[in-house]
Amino acid sequence: MRFFFKTDYVQDIRLFRDKVDTFWYALLGLAVIALPLVLIALEEDYFIGEITWVFIYGICGLSLMVLVGFTGLVSLGHAAFLGIGAYAHAYFIQHGVPFSGAIVLAIIITTLAGILVGLPALRMTGIYLAIATLAFAIIIQEVFSRWESVTHGFAGMPVEKATVLGFSFEDDTAFYYLCLFFLVLALWLTKNLLRSPTGRAWIAIRDSEIAAQSMGVNLALYKTMAFAYSAGLMGMAGALFAHKIAYLAPDIFTVILSIQLLLLVIVGGLGSLHGAIFGAIFVALLPPTIAILRDYLPEAISRQPGLEAGIFGLILVLVILFEPLGIYGRWMKIKLYFSMFPMYKRATFKRQKSYMKSERLR
Amino acid sequence: MTFFKADGLAINFGGIKAVDGVTFEVKKGEIFTIIGPNGAGKTTIFNLVSRIYEASEGKLVFEDRDITRTPPHQIAKLGIARTFQNIELFEHATLLQNLLLARHAHKKSGFFGELLFTPGVRKMELEHREAVEKVIDFLDIQQYRDTYIVNLPYGVRKVTELARALCTDPKLLLLDEPSSGLNVEETADMAFWIQDIKNLLGVTVLMVEHDMSLVSAVSDRVLALNYGRMLAQGTAQEVQTHPEVVRAYLGG
Amino acid sequence: MNGLAVGCIYGLVALGFVLIYKATELVNFAQGDLLMLGAFIAYMAVVLWGLDYWVGLVIAVLVMAVFGALLDAVILRRVIGQPQFAVVMLTIGLGAMFRTFASVTWGSEIYTLPTPFSAKVTTLGGVTISHEYVSIIVGTMILCAVLYTFFTHTRLGVAMQAASQNQLAAYYMGIPVKLIFSLIWAISAGVAAVAGILLAPVSLIDINIGFIGLKAFAAAVLGGFGSIPGALTGGIIIGLIELYSGAWLPEGFKDVSAYVVLLLMLAVRPQGLFGALGRKKV
Repeated sequence: MRFFFKTDYVQDIRLFRDKVDTFWYALLGLAVIALPLVLIALEEDYFIGEITWVFIYGICGLSLMVLVGFTGLVSLGHAAFLGIGAYAHAYFIQHGVPFSGAIVLAIIITTLAGILVGLPALRMTGIYLAIATLAFAIIIQEVFSRWESVTHGFAGMPVEKATVLGFSFEDDTAFYYLCLFFLVLALWLTKNLLRSPTGRAWIAIRDSEIAAQSMGVNLALYKTMAFAYSAGLMGMAGALFAHKIAYLAPDIFTVILSIQLLLLVIVGGLGSLHGAIFGAIFVALLPPTIAILRDYLPEAISRQPGLEAGIFGLILVLVILFEPLGIYGRWMKIKLYFSMFPMYKRATFKRQKSYMKSERLR
Repeated sequence: MTFFKADGLAINFGGIKAVDGVTFEVKKGEIFTIIGPNGAGKTTIFNLVSRIYEASEGKLVFEDRDITRTPPHQIAKLGIARTFQNIELFEHATLLQNLLLARHAHKKSGFFGELLFTPGVRKMELEHREAVEKVIDFLDIQQYRDTYIVNLPYGVRKVTELARALCTDPKLLLLDEPSSGLNVEETADMAFWIQDIKNLLGVTVLMVEHDMSLVSAVSDRVLALNYGRMLAQGTAQEVQTHPEVVRAYLGG
Repeated sequence: MNGLAVGCIYGLVALGFVLIYKATELVNFAQGDLLMLGAFIAYMAVVLWGLDYWVGLVIAVLVMAVFGALLDAVILRRVIGQPQFAVVMLTIGLGAMFRTFASVTWGSEIYTLPTPFSAKVTTLGGVTISHEYVSIIVGTMILCAVLYTFFTHTRLGVAMQAASQNQLAAYYMGIPVKLIFSLIWAISAGVAAVAGILLAPVSLIDINIGFIGLKAFAAAVLGGFGSIPGALTGGIIIGLIELYSGAWLPEGFKDVSAYVVLLLMLAVRPQGLFGALGRKKV
């Protein structure tokens, strides 16, 4: 077991807890940077593209984690923000705006969209908000398919490869690093907010709106901020998404995608930044895994187009029933098991029997 | 100067007058207690002061400023903090985070500064931490600093409520039944702290309380309510023996 | 007529949401998929086994009711007391599983369910009325009357209301709360099956008819989420709005009109037409 001795207040607001943690995160960073080179050496280049998806989904995960995991506002329509970011970025690129300008514009536009949704959302809680965001996403999807002068509707919109300051990211490996850069940036910014008053205000709103208000938190302002920031991150992810997928069509940004993004944060573990990354790994790597598994399944099952959705559904059900804290929760338990070995008690995380608590009033 | 005054305060809930024409004044530096049977409208008065409810009639004045229509999140900034009868802590956060949140009213940093965690924000954070640590020392809860609220026993949560209210650096502290659910020993501790809050920290206390031993021990003045109306006002002794108050409690 | 009938279907699905929400405070996002399963079972009974339409209807309702009760007993009972959001996600997951199950069992083709009302019309004073639509409206009315009587005039119905008002208190009063909740799920799934069968002649059966559940949400919110008459009224309003926006507004508005109305409603009056807004006590 490792003890943390605290001798300075700064220790609690540092990015990493202590030297040991810093060392492990540095090692992880190096491994992620070196990974493409290893994969190229092994001639498994295909996986570079798949891991790039992890980074893009990671940004999406952070976005939803801020909103759902930290502020306690549920959105069933985040695919719409992803779509707005992707279309906006693609539109500006097509009209000759350089990459860095286009992505900034895309982020600004999605942030504004987030504020637009956030404002009426302030008056709602819980399930009403979830339904409102769902309705918003369905309307936006219809806009994507009808606003042909910008989105080209169902004909689709090709997106060229990213070029930043004259340097082309056409190569998969180069794009891998570009996405990694944005993921690390998003992680750093989010972590900064979470260790500042804003992040604490979000957590306070999640746990008790009335107490937060009495402590001086302007509920309307901070809920809108959470929405705006979350949407902005989605816009960033959307821009990268557009380049990665190379061809935008309205039927990409469906309710199903929104649900998949929520699945990401739940499976990863609500209320932790680690969870967003764990969830992204899961969501990005599950489809290729299923694709591999298809070869081993009986033909009647493996040919079904809806198989993926069903497996996602099954995993969602299992996680909520047996591990509500997701992969991150499991990870913490395993860590504790080894640090306490052989004294670990199963009952440590036993859940109390609970009766229905009303959430009609908040 | 008027420190705090409620003037003809009233509120209706669907025809029922929960608070009806209540007028009282709290002087700077005193402990003022509101007592009354269940449903007398004590907590409702607190909810009116912290602006969770909208008063139907009357006026609230704090430091010569009319706060009857001040938005609820501005109340903390003016220097009024409160605790909750049924504990409204941020359960899935550590005790330290709970207390740091209470510094929100003193936040000076902007969104973009926090996004980049500028040296200015870092400095502010450390200042907040120092203010919080003073309260932690005052109430002797050092050992629970990094514990999540869900894992704390009831008594400690009650103290944490008090600590969180103190962290806002209040001029007026509203305590809603500080001793409810506490045992005799914890109640005695609470009485000492309330006196210390007044004497050492110089904070004025407005309190709702049922435990008459605590009320008598700490209160400078007491107001008795029943059915939202004022029955009597004076020292603890005077109010307790007032015939109307006796009748309200014992019936008849 | 047309809009009214479609509105009735929305209303029935919304009714299913509301029943479960009132009782257990769970929002069942799989309600639309229960409708889909109900329609498929009726199809199996009528077309594959050659049974009479009415027998098929009874079988489908019973099967779905048992299924609903089992769903509650095996899965949903475990998550009571967890955050509402977790439960919502759970039902979304279940819905996805039902769809995959249906696509594995029945494939992704489109089926027609023959009914006694199919393609029959009556001309009344120069107005042609299709029996399919009349059957939907009449069916909805009968079902509502039965449910209303059940909830207000039977011991079990009153016990259900009690359990939904205060779970713990009902428990102490000797009401078997767990059983009651399972029963409510059974009723709700049964209502979904009826909705699916009534819908079948107008809209063909395929694995995606469950998405009608999304529009039923709009209906439920419009009526105020906890109100049963509200759900039906909301459903009919949505049905009519859809019909008229399809007729008068440019193409594309028909599909989203329900959601636009929903958003407007939430912005203006979040508690819905019949709901009341509560506030937490501190």
